[in-house]
Amino acid sequence: MNKIFEVPLYAYERSSDQDAATAVRHKVIVIGAGPVGLATAIDLAQQGVEVVVLDDNDKVSFGSRAICFSQRTLDIADRLGAGSPMVDKGVQWNVGKVFFDNRQVYEFNLQPDTGYANPAFINLQQYYFENALVDRVRQLQAAGAPIEIRGRNKVEAIGTHDSHVVLEVETPEGPYNVEADWLIACDGANSPTRRMLGLDFDGRVFEDNFLIADVVMEADFPTERWFWFDPPFNRGQSALLHKQPDNVWRIDLQLGWDIDKEREKRPENVIPRLKAMLGEDVDFDLEWVSIYTFQCRRMERFRHGRVLFAGDSAHQVSPFGAMGANSGIQDADNLCWKLKLVLDGKAPEILLDSYSRERVQAADANIAKSSRSTDFITPKSQISRLLRDAVLDLSEHFEFARPLVNSGRLSTPCTYQDSSLSSADALNGPDITRPGSACPDAPLGDEFLLPKLAGKFTLLTIDAGAPERIEEGGVEATRLALSVKDDLTLELKRRYLGDATGAVYLIRPDQHVAARRDTFEENAFRQAIRRATGKE
Amino acid sequence: MADLILTPNLDSADDFYAGLLAAHDGLDKSASDALNARLVLVLANHIGDADVLTQAVKAAALRGS
Ligand SMILES: Cc1cc2nc3c(=O)[nH]c(=O)nc-3n(C[C@H](O)[C@H](O)[C@H](O)COP(=O)(O)OP(=O)(O)OC[C@H]3O[C@@H](n4cnc5c(N)ncnc54)[C@H](O)[C@@H]3O)c2cc1C
Repeated sequence: MNKIFEVPLYAYERSSDQDAATAVRHKVIVIGAGPVGLATAIDLAQQGVEVVVLDDNDKVSFGSRAICFSQRTLDIADRLGAGSPMVDKGVQWNVGKVFFDNRQVYEFNLQPDTGYANPAFINLQQYYFENALVDRVRQLQAAGAPIEIRGRNKVEAIGTHDSHVVLEVETPEGPYNVEADWLIACDGANSPTRRMLGLDFDGRVFEDNFLIADVVMEADFPTERWFWFDPPFNRGQSALLHKQPDNVWRIDLQLGWDIDKEREKRPENVIPRLKAMLGEDVDFDLEWVSIYTFQCRRMERFRHGRVLFAGDSAHQVSPFGAMGANSGIQDADNLCWKLKLVLDGKAPEILLDSYSRERVQAADANIAKSSRSTDFITPKSQISRLLRDAVLDLSEHFEFARPLVNSGRLSTPCTYQDSSLSSADALNGPDITRPGSACPDAPLGDEFLLPKLAGKFTLLTIDAGAPERIEEGGVEATRLALSVKDDLTLELKRRYLGDATGAVYLIRPDQHVAARRDTFEENAFRQAIRRATGKE
Repeated sequence: MADLILTPNLDSADDFYAGLLAAHDGLDKSASDALNARLVLVLANHIGDADVLTQAVKAAALRGS
């Protein structure tokens, strides 16, 4: 059986750079063809920025790792031209069940929220997610976009200069040197770039181990998320069962701290554990097994001169809440438009420091969230376990305790609170669209709002006047004129107006709100554009 | 008679829970128990209403099957 992650999707090919007398200089080099590196490269190439991706491997993620992708990620993937194959392949689920000891304590139904093009989240193997991005790279190449992936190109050394970086790259045919104006390190949690530059990566290790297994089975478990606290088949620990496409099921079993990882990973030890959970008579195949110790940590800053860090190289969270890949995709979303403006000379380099500030804020929010989930799932003191078990006991009988049960809080986009790019809120509007927020989608008849906001500055007017375009210091914002009448479901009004009768929004290319007012006021919006591009 | 609220009523459940755990950080078992006891008394005083408190004691006494 040939799994997609066993096939070289970007096999090594000799590049003319390897035969050049002097090192060739590229605009941008991305290290790492994981989800974040691929998304970054696509985003840049779509804007016409020349980009080369170097990866020491030639295949998508071995085994699944990430399985849960959020609405915000899918919205970004749509902007990158790769969203629909993901949603088509992905599994959607609404029902979750929580078990404690030998009984189900409650069941929840995440009623699908309406009025969004994309579901709240999908389950999809990371290798399919990456595969959709690789397909998109191939599509862009066919259309002549300046993007290249070089498989089995391992970065061995990095020299940083004021105006560029120099890389030494190892290939099956020997090493070569190559240069770039900008380097984006998407080389994962063990980031060799970080190590080579001698940079810190501090945080907290959770003293626990988890067995992560993906099993293939023709079982009639429903498409639901089942989470066990202290079940009979894994006493004192937790367990998770979650469905992926192709009859693949994700199983997480907490194992505790003092274990022999190599021993626990052997099939003869894994299979009895899974049988205890699934039942003796269930037939399954192991697709992938791994043992993880979770960590929550981040770099102090994500920009170091001409080197930018994105994804796991910059920050790492425990997987409860599926925030790793999801937040990495949002890093790419935040970074690429800024880098494009800087490359075009339309914004000062300090705009890139706002990338670091905004995404550090997001990383801290994610780390706090996933640390809390981890503390609930794996209580580390007697009192913490006592309180946890009290919550679970109460949750069986009383609805009030259920929001306290924390088996992972799903990834949500960060609102860049107090960002230097945002202007003061000048609309008595809904909280969810205050400056700094990621724009929520809204239905517009047969269409949706977000695709109309993609990749450029937009002046969104809702029952308000404004010029069709304004330009400030080379940065253009074009108008999208809407009326609450365009959306009979009134979601547009609910999400963007609230009690206001009209509004003008300045929306960044990454679909975050930069400024909003009740009416168009030229000076205010010119200033807002300057702020949003690091000029004020 | 006032009814005990048994539907979600916390402004931010996760923040409250994290704050509660933080208050216990570094305490040994008996210090933690004492903290919980004081907390029950502080909250009871805030509620005041005897009917509500009686219902609360009953709700807490009900345990898993
Ligand atoms: C068990 C588990 C479950 C998870 N579940 C979820 C989930 O449900 N949702 C979610 O969003 N996230 C989840 N995550 C996290 C997610 O897998 C990661 O956050 C994500 O893979 C990070 O992507 P990345 O592109 O930053 O790094 P990676 O995917 O690690 O990619 C790094 C790339 O860099 C390459 N590289 C490294 N060094 C070099 C070098 N010297 N030269 C060239 N190339 C190099 C590597 O080959 C690799 O391709 C989970 C993680 C685990 C472990």
